[in-house]
Amino acid sequence: MSKAGLKIIVCIKQVPAVQDIKIDPITHTLIRESMPSMLNPWDEIGVEEGIRLREKYGGEVTVITMGPMQAKEAILRCLAMGADRGIIISDKALAGSDTIATAYALYMQIKKMEYDLIICGKISTDSETGHIGPHLAELLNIPQICYVKKVDLDIEKRRIIAHKEADGGIEIVEAPLPALMTTTIGLNEPRLPTLKGIISSKRKEVKVVTAKDLGGSLSNYGLRGSPTFVDEVFEPPSRKPEMIFQGDPKEAVEKIVQVLLNKKLISSRS
Amino acid sequence: MLERSEEIPNHKGIWVFTEQIDGKLKNVGLELLGAGRKIADKLGEELVAVLLGHDVNGLVKDLGAYGADKVILVEHELLKQFTVDAYTKVLAELSIKHKPSVFFIGGTLNGRELAPRLAARLNTGITSDCVDFDINSDGHLIHVKPFGKLMAKIICKTRPQMATAKPNVFKKLEPNWDRRAKIVREEVKINPEDIRTKILGRVEANKNPYGSIEDADVIVAVGKGLCSKENLKLIQELADLLGASVACTRPTVDRGWLPSSQQVGQSGKTVSPKLYIAIGISGAMYHTVGMKNSDIIIAINKDPKAPIFQIATYGVVGDLFKILPLLIDRLKKEVKEVKLRITAKDTQKRIN
Repeated sequence: MSKAGLKIIVCIKQVPAVQDIKIDPITHTLIRESMPSMLNPWDEIGVEEGIRLREKYGGEVTVITMGPMQAKEAILRCLAMGADRGIIISDKALAGSDTIATAYALYMQIKKMEYDLIICGKISTDSETGHIGPHLAELLNIPQICYVKKVDLDIEKRRIIAHKEADGGIEIVEAPLPALMTTTIGLNEPRLPTLKGIISSKRKEVKVVTAKDLGGSLSNYGLRGSPTFVDEVFEPPSRKPEMIFQGDPKEAVEKIVQVLLNKKLISSRS
Repeated sequence: MLERSEEIPNHKGIWVFTEQIDGKLKNVGLELLGAGRKIADKLGEELVAVLLGHDVNGLVKDLGAYGADKVILVEHELLKQFTVDAYTKVLAELSIKHKPSVFFIGGTLNGRELAPRLAARLNTGITSDCVDFDINSDGHLIHVKPFGKLMAKIICKTRPQMATAKPNVFKKLEPNWDRRAKIVREEVKINPEDIRTKILGRVEANKNPYGSIEDADVIVAVGKGLCSKENLKLIQELADLLGASVACTRPTVDRGWLPSSQQVGQSGKTVSPKLYIAIGISGAMYHTVGMKNSDIIIAINKDPKAPIFQIATYGVVGDLFKILPLLIDRLKKEVKEVKLRITAKDTQKRIN
């Protein structure tokens, strides 16, 4: 940890605010431009936790995203909450990235930076893979702790101690810093930006990074750098109902009970 | 970083990571053996279960019975408990040595932490939450997964082609106890320093008052048609009468009516009970993708155009606040001592 205190990086994503997402008919990827959008809720929890740790131990919170320039709105919201600065990786060459190519771009940027702790959301509400955190931890060769419900740092020993969700309970784990953690619902209640926060966010730095700035071969980025691609999209098949009843509630109840009896899901009194 | 492997013909074998916890196999691994069997037969390749742990060789016969041709077994004291560091290390070394073409990992909490880390180490593609698999004319695996309101077919250009699936999506094969899998024991060096994220202890989860939904035989599920948290009483009463667990949609979790442990759908759990009663649920794809494999679906909704009626086995168009009280009264008369005839394992676990 440098004299300036903790260096925390929070990876965030702007996601569609509506469920009715649009898909590009040619590239089969999400159309992100001109859609009502919001900060991914799990990432918002990550920003809140980053700010809380900085408030406790001192330091700096940097938020970083990759996406179209529209995603700057999401960065500004994090700055208004209290993050110190933002980075947006934005370039047409990055379009169509799968999770491996996205994590690679984040890695190329983050490896140039100083960090003690990286925070990612458990998943994003649009693609819901939960891949980015573990991908990024692996590329940076640092330990990971997923699904964190409670976290603290041991500054002296440079360690992170966390309660994480595990199958059948909660695990208490620790890892040396630098480390990467992913958030889960319940870790905290994110604060709302204050008017003062919104005003001061306008003065904070938001750096724009292009694919060229990231460095390396352009063939590692975007659709070309992605091992996976969407080959086809199709309508899911629907299943035909055996009965739809519309009418008197009493009759409806009788129909339901008959189904339950016929299928032996309840046993009759008689 | 490892060179990407695009030399497709050099990769052979359908691998399934068959996770065990405390010497018990997770169901999702056996389900993926079922899915993998189909793919292995189509390609004429071997279906391999990969089993990691300590003193777990007793599980090999189960893996054979559920379809594996071969079991790669790695036993080590440091593999007794799952750690992402040790498990990634071992699976990466095995994969580099044996070059499988496909690698399935069950979407348990551990699996979801392990699979993407392993994919990055192997520098290969990974597709999450697959609901179906097939092989295309070029011999690539087709990964089918939900994509917005549609379904997508995803192709992976590198090897191994990695994929995860949630529990209860694929079906286990009927076990054939005469089937024996060949055992291949592998030695992998693991040192305590390899494990950076260390487990200090465990806290057991509190008993879930709504019942666990993953293994429930009967589920009563609610959506935002319930209007308010207070109305959950009706749902709980119905669930108690049926010995059911209570599930819900994402909007109800967002409103704080029920905890996320009960959420069914794309960002929640996948279930396939004998009976799923969907109450006040419109039936967005995000929800139905997690319950459409239920044996019987009964839907109650006031909107006759609600998409839930397209997948319901039995649909009732009407006001749930009129129907539920009548149904509860009728069931009280009908049901003997709140007894379910089917053996719902889950019923015993419930606290009311």
